[in-house]
This record gives sequence, C-alpha cells and structure tokens, in this order.
Amino acid sequence: MSEYTGLRGRAWFKALTGDDQPRTGDPGSVLAADAQAGPERALFLCVVPNPDSRFPCVRDGQVGLEEAYALATRTREAIAADRDKPKPEKRPIVAIIDVKSQAYGRREETAGIFLAAAASADAYASARMVGHPVISLVVGHAFSGGFLTHGYQANRILAFDDAGVTIHAMHEEAAARITRRSVSDLERLGHEIAPMSYDVRDYAKLGTLYKLLHVNNPMEPAESDIAEVKQAVADAITDARMGAEDLGNRMNSPAAKETRKAGLAARALMEKQWATA
Amino acid sequence: MSESTLIPSFVNRKSFIELDGRARAQSLLDEGTGKELVGPFDRIESPWLPMQDVAPQADDGCIVLKGRIAGKPAVVISLEGAFQGGSIGEVSGAKMTAALDLATRDSSAGIPTAAVLLLETGGVRLQEANLGLAAIAEVIASILFLRQHAPVITVVAGTVGCFGGMSLAAGVSSYVIMTREARLGLNGPEVIEQESGIEEFDASDRALIWAIHGGEQRVGMGLADALAEDSIDEIAAAVRTYVLAGKPAQHRSEQVQMYRERIAALDTAKQIDPLTLREQWGPRDSQGGAR
Amino acid sequence: MEKLEFDYPAATRRITRRAHVGVVGSGDMEILLEPSTTGGAHVSITTSVTGFRDTWKAVFDRFFSRFDGAASIQINDAGATPGSVLLRLEQAVEVMEQ
Repeated sequence: MSEYTGLRGRAWFKALTGDDQPRTGDPGSVLAADAQAGPERALFLCVVPNPDSRFPCVRDGQVGLEEAYALATRTREAIAADRDKPKPEKRPIVAIIDVKSQAYGRREETAGIFLAAAASADAYASARMVGHPVISLVVGHAFSGGFLTHGYQANRILAFDDAGVTIHAMHEEAAARITRRSVSDLERLGHEIAPMSYDVRDYAKLGTLYKLLHVNNPMEPAESDIAEVKQAVADAITDARMGAEDLGNRMNSPAAKETRKAGLAARALMEKQWATA
Repeated sequence: MSESTLIPSFVNRKSFIELDGRARAQSLLDEGTGKELVGPFDRIESPWLPMQDVAPQADDGCIVLKGRIAGKPAVVISLEGAFQGGSIGEVSGAKMTAALDLATRDSSAGIPTAAVLLLETGGVRLQEANLGLAAIAEVIASILFLRQHAPVITVVAGTVGCFGGMSLAAGVSSYVIMTREARLGLNGPEVIEQESGIEEFDASDRALIWAIHGGEQRVGMGLADALAEDSIDEIAAAVRTYVLAGKPAQHRSEQVQMYRERIAALDTAKQIDPLTLREQWGPRDSQGGAR
Repeated sequence: MEKLEFDYPAATRRITRRAHVGVVGSGDMEILLEPSTTGGAHVSITTSVTGFRDTWKAVFDRFFSRFDGAASIQINDAGATPGSVLLRLEQAVEVMEQ
C-alpha cells in the first residue's frame, strides 16, 4: 500500500472534466463539474485535500462535515434538475475517489459527522434509486467512512489496477496496532485472506468491482489513458442503465459467488425461512 | 403507605442493557410472535474468523426475529455487542441486508413491514475488513429502500454504542431511540485520540465522551428522536410508538440544506460547545421546525 | 485455535428438544445442544484458547456423570473458565427441559 498523496483525485478530475474548481459556496475540498461522459452530460464529483479548510482535521484529504454536505447538495441538485426526465435521460453522476479517510476530529463528532456522512450516502443512493447511473472511479485511496460517504453507493465501481490504489476499512498502521501484528504480517495475511488484503487485485476478488483499469501513469494522466478511462466510464454508465437500481449486482457477481458464499447462503436461507415465519 | 411508594420504580424496572442481543430482540416483539431466522442452529458462521484463530459464533453475532410489534408485521435485527464488539462481518452483514430486503419486498407487496435495528457495534469487523465494509454499504442501501415503505427504527442502548460505518445506518434510519448510557458517533474517542492526538480528544475523559456522543446529547441536539430509560418496558413502548407512527414526513438524512447551513454557521476557531448545539439545533416543541 | 471432540456412548437417554445459551464474548462461550443422531452423546468444541484438552475432558466427564441425555453438544468458546463451562451446560439443560 503506497502513501496517500491526495494528488490523483484532482489530476483525474481535471483530465476527465477539464475543470478543477469547487462550486460557489462549496468548500475548496469538493470539486464539481458537468462534463461529457460518453454521449451524455454527467455530474462529476471529487474530494481533494484542502489545506485551508476551516476544520483543522480536514486539511489533507479527509472527508468531513462540509465535504459530506456539499456532495449531498450537488447530488440532490442533479436529482431535482432531472426529476421530470425519464430514466434514460437522468444524468450520470461520476464520483472520482482518492480520499485519505473520514475526518477524525472532535468538532466533527460534536456536530454529527455520522449524519453528514449518512446524508451524502443517502443522496448518492437516492440518485441511483430514481435511475441516475452512479459510477465510482477509485484512482487512489478509498477508506472506510470516507468511501461510505463518497462512492460506495454507486451502481458500478471502477478502480485502477495499481499499487497506489487501496480500498480498505482501516489504514495498515492503525490495523496493525489494533490487531497487534506488524504491517508486513498484515500484508502477508491479506494474501491468504482476500477481504483483509490491501492489494486492489485481491479486492477485485470480492466481486464488488465492475472493472479494474490498467493505466500507464496513474499519477499523471496521459492522453491514451484518459481516452481509455473515459470509455470505461461510459461503458459503466451503459451497463448501469441496463441493470437494477439496487446493489444486487455486487453479491451476484461471479467473483462474489466464490468469495461471499457464506453471505449468499445466509441470504438464501433467510428468504426460504421468511416465507414460513 | 402503599407498596408502590415503598419500592421506587427504578428498582422494579427491568434493564434492557443487561439483556443479550437475542433477549433484547425478543423483548420488543408482541408476545408469542417472534420467530428467529437463520439462527444459531443453522450454523452459518464466519468462514474468516477460524482462519485467524478467533472462535466464531453460530449466528455470527446477528439475530433476526420476525414477528409483530403493536400488531403490525415487523422484523427485529439485533447485533450482539459482546461478540467481536458487535462488528459487521460477511455473514452478519448479509443477514441484516437480507432481512431488510425481505421486509421491503413484503412492504412493496402490500404488507408494510417495519424494521427495528438494535445497533451495538463498533462498525466493520477488522478480521473481515473489506467484506464488512461492503456489507455496511449494502445495509445502508437496503435501509434506504425499506424506509420508503415502512419505518426503520434504530435503537442504541449501550454499552457498546453505535460507531463506525454503522453510525451511517443510524443516520439514515427513520427514528433513533437512545438511552443515556448509549453513544452514537462515526469515530469513537480512542480512534480520534489515536489519529488526531490527545488534545483533540482525551479518550479517558468520560464526561467529554458522553457530552459529545451520549444519548442525552444526541437527542438534545436533534440527531436522535427519543431518550429512553434503561427499561425494557419503556424502550419497547417507544419502539411501538414509532412502528405505529409509520414513516416520517421527511428523513433526517434528507435535510441537507438545513444541516449544511448549520455547519456553515459554526465557529470552528475553537472546539464546539455541545450544549450550544442543543440550544441551536434542538427540536422545537412548537409547530414547525426541524425534527 | 483448537477443535476438540469427545464421545460419551453411555449417555443414551433420548432427548427431543434443543437449547442454545451463551455468547462468544471474551471469557465466555455459547452452547448448542441438540438430540444426538448417534445413540450416545457427542461433544464438539471450537476454542480460541489452545492446550486445555484435559481440562475440557475433566469438565465433560463430570457433566456426563450426572447427565445421561443423548445430546449433541457444540461449543464455541472464547476462554470461559471450567466453572463457567459447567454453569452454561447446566443452563442449557435447564432450557432444554423447560
């Protein structure tokens, strides 16, 4: 797992939208732009580091109160704007993700960051539920509460196949401390136990990813990479439009049938028993 | 003097917190109506814990009881806080999502089925990391579908409280009931101290912890709906009230503009005084205003 | 982690009900008790604390000196003391006989 730099989000946001500015009223950490995704105009959203944040615990790429409510605001704006449009015309929402974590701060806890995070997840999910294709593109780090807030409610998730991409519940150092192992022990454990791995290729085995993308330079988007990523996002949008508005595709994927057997068994048995309960 | 004045009510009160996860769930359902689904004898356990020398629990720490509350169809999903801190793994998460989805299916077919979530949990089970996190995202998604049809009522009673990703599940619920002992937040005090330093949060300062995360504060500032005593009768009555109330006009997690403005109005130069937020954000008891 | 198995073929009294008690919390355990399918009693233990086979055997020898039900007993244990184990076993029998 490589160090979080917080640079990839902005780089890819700019590469895919030509823009890298927050909207008026939004914090400097949230980038929002309307740009082409395939043949359609889509809303792109990204959370980036903002060293000038008024919240001291949100200055290097964490998702905090302002970020969560800004994401929710822009998403709900898109939902409202397209409310009367038929589903095929509801704009896609593309979340570009490279977030260090959720914000770990007293101000955040006091002011209810759990609700802010919930409001953002709610907004993304609500968009998906009424027919907006919601696509997540993980270009760097996607941890825990940060990912639950920004990206994990998507119809389709794409990630770069790269050592700088990590999707996980807790950073290695913290996880090592809590489980009283060394970081290298944890990494070794991850090779045997796929859900614990910090390697995105192991994450792919869990079946939640739509696609792993190979790009030549994830830090500095080159033209051929940009074209490929744009196409992959467009394909994901098309695929999302053909599927359901729930997250059922995750547990039913071929990979999930291998790695989430116990969960699938629990689900099947509950359905059977519910009928006669 | 009558006996009732000799024995204070709190002595007679039966503690909800002292019950294990299964007993808590049973106590909320109408008598004789609870049936456990995918219970311990079905033995769907975590495949990941034994690989790490951790003893599994036959129900994976998630108890699902289907029955009736106040005469209405309901499902109670209870996390066992004493097993791995109530944390969410592949199986416990799948049971929760499945129960929510089945309640949604019934509700869509004309049988509104409320869900009651008893959340004693620290969030993701570290030994299952990404499967726990994925499961929580799916639980959140499933709550959002069900709450369109029927109320999703979260109870956080303590002593574990509701932290981590599952605090978002509380955040998207229709109603949240807490006790004074309970705590609700995204990050617990130890995690904040670890990540941001002891100045930011001294995890040994119990008064601070409850001032920020405690049930009285959360209800006082309008982030939870009801403060109940640690009493089976009182909590069950509160749950019945919300089942009968049905879904609220608007969910808390939909009130984006209001909360965005509240955050914008915060003075972040210093720490925020929790009591001030009770004054500024607390539910108004007159007509109108925020829930 | 250790998996242990014990058989008590002399415990042949037919039982018809099942019981579940306990929680796999630190220092605690859960018991699933059901009618056995083998005619005698069978115990199967999954424990996170290794090296106590003899202690477990002693506990079950004692338990089956008083209990003669043909039970299949499954235990998931996170470090319960022998005293706690016996208490939980007695609790399980009580629940079963209710």
